[in-house]
Amino acid sequence: MSEHTLHFKPAEGFRARSKAVVDNPFLRQSFRGAMDFLMSKRAAQFPDPEELESLRNLGEAIRQYNLAKLPDLLERLEANLTRNGIKVHWAETPDEANAIILGIIQGHGATRMVKGKSMVSEEIELNHAAEAAGIEALESDMGEYIVQLANEKPSHIIMPAIHKTKEEIARLFHEKVPGVDYTDNVDALIQIGRNVLRRKFQEAEIGLSGVNFAVAETGTLCLVENEGNGRMCTTAPAVHIAITGIEKIVEKLEHVPPLLSLLTRSATGQNISTYFNMISSPRKPGEKDGPEEVHLVLLDNGRSQAYADEQLRKTLQCIRCGACMNHCPVYTRIGGHAYGTTYPGPIGKIVSPHMLGLDATAGLTTASSLCGACGEVCPVKIPIPDLLIRLRSEAFSAPHANPAMRGQGAGHSSLISAIWRGWALVYRSPALYRAVSWLGSRFGWLMPSRQGAWTTVREPLRPAPKRLRDQLKERNKA
Amino acid sequence: MSARDRILARLNRSAPQQPPALPDVGSWYATHRSSETPADKARRFRHYIELAHAEVHAVSRNNWADTLHQVLKARGIDRLLVAEGTPHGDTALDALPPRGIECSVYDMAIEAWKSEMFTATPASLTAARAAIAETGTLILWPNEKEPRLMSLVPPVHIVLLDASNIYNTFFEAMTAEAWNNGLPTNALLVSGPSKTADIQQTLAYGAHGPKELIVLLLGEKA
Ligand code: SF4
Repeated sequence: MSEHTLHFKPAEGFRARSKAVVDNPFLRQSFRGAMDFLMSKRAAQFPDPEELESLRNLGEAIRQYNLAKLPDLLERLEANLTRNGIKVHWAETPDEANAIILGIIQGHGATRMVKGKSMVSEEIELNHAAEAAGIEALESDMGEYIVQLANEKPSHIIMPAIHKTKEEIARLFHEKVPGVDYTDNVDALIQIGRNVLRRKFQEAEIGLSGVNFAVAETGTLCLVENEGNGRMCTTAPAVHIAITGIEKIVEKLEHVPPLLSLLTRSATGQNISTYFNMISSPRKPGEKDGPEEVHLVLLDNGRSQAYADEQLRKTLQCIRCGACMNHCPVYTRIGGHAYGTTYPGPIGKIVSPHMLGLDATAGLTTASSLCGACGEVCPVKIPIPDLLIRLRSEAFSAPHANPAMRGQGAGHSSLISAIWRGWALVYRSPALYRAVSWLGSRFGWLMPSRQGAWTTVREPLRPAPKRLRDQLKERNKA
Repeated sequence: MSARDRILARLNRSAPQQPPALPDVGSWYATHRSSETPADKARRFRHYIELAHAEVHAVSRNNWADTLHQVLKARGIDRLLVAEGTPHGDTALDALPPRGIECSVYDMAIEAWKSEMFTATPASLTAARAAIAETGTLILWPNEKEPRLMSLVPPVHIVLLDASNIYNTFFEAMTAEAWNNGLPTNALLVSGPSKTADIQQTLAYGAHGPKELIVLLLGEKA
């Protein structure tokens, strides 16, 4: 593993990383501009609020129907894929998934893999595992290629290089790609990437991809993309390995059109993506191209924990469109890297605790103003704010037996709990409330003038010298 | 117990006893999408695929090979990959070589000529199985005669589409043709030339697939 290896780091350092972005006007400007762009493109795709609402209702119903039947559908998917000649593998953890994938690659004596965009492969940090095993793992989505060249991680699940300006990319290509002169012409930059990667598509023995929808009734893997690199990775190399979370499954092919429409319109404001690629088998006898072998790796990694709880299960409705982050005031200000998790933004806050445990992610659940924008735009109506409140209470309540989540109570503090208990007591007893508010009005001046983060941009909090009840009493008299 | 059994056991423990009712996708489409006349479908198809930067030429059965020739000549292309044994491939094979355009055919497995495909195949001609008006989308089902890479690797991809095969929606296409009874190795929706907006949200065409997508739209007149 190279010394530059950059792991996703969960919450530790979250505040420091956020502050660094907030203090950087260039980054703030580029996130603001990019999010405004994506929000207006999405809005233009949904001119009719009734259509949007009814389509979201349908999308939600489809996802909930399929999640309710998830174990059955996984078995049906496996049976139908197997019948079609696609090999199915199951992994409980990222390590298991990496071992399966490396096993397939090494079984072929292969050393070169090209990758289409796959957030699940980021989730398992496949590139590190491959590198450690001496296998080249090259990202071929333009945005992913750029962040890989820069030794960085994607900062957005749909637009991985959204944090980079074209000048930065121009310098990067000039420094890292042999024989390339500096140019910040976007078309020229894309041509450079195209030429490098076209050679790689020819040479690679292995193509890796994600999956947007897996259709149980037909045994079909569906991929959404604009560039054509996903088609390259799944057609040109001799072996195609697809990886997906266990939740991305639909029973019926007819469930796909509404979800596809919601996905592309919500994600990038396109009425459809350039390519929608449906793969149902490896190369058949007589066919002249396509991989001889196709594999699917089904990854759990905490998803079955979310599944076990009726409320938390809604997390798995997600179709990874990224609209929640595009509309999130926190994401827009701190960008994707600050979160330190594979999935940033609102979806990252609700899904990462299941993957990494609440001990590593308790802080993320509080990084929300609960403004509700994410829940309002989510195309499958995940109640993200409600889930955030639930996760906060799981993270900060006292540890108890049989918790719904790994790391429950990790953020718990006896002092803070005692303060809230006292608060609750005061608010439950009118006599106590009167006494405490009276004390507050008398001794409010004792409050410190520096009150941590609050007073960096605000006046200190101080109880008023006269209580509201006293003011009202006086007014009624007058 | 294997990873598979453990995952399924965990899910089975918590799966609801009664799944919700099957969502009625058909009635959503029936109430939210209208069924248009063939002429309107063709217009809508053309509008959206042109918005996505494809070039569309209205052609007839008699003249489409002439248009194909003009399209290639205008670009200075003198070599076209065609599917031998298909009606459109054979028409091109008859019509183009006398006019100075060499036609190559996909007659062996890609392993034997991968580098030629990637470096010396400037354009290809395939047919579309059907199309979708709502989004300006071509439906391709590559097969033995017209393999998958034909519509992906050459920088210019020319597609022959019969205007009478345009559906209103993706949903209508898959239900009318009963795709749930079986899909081919690879089925594709193509809605424009390859593109990316990964550098500062600036749209650029020809990311990895074709830089140009040209549709020859076969209608009754033209
Ligand atoms: S939570 Fe909803 S809005 Fe966010 S990525 Fe998932 S589907 Fe899209």
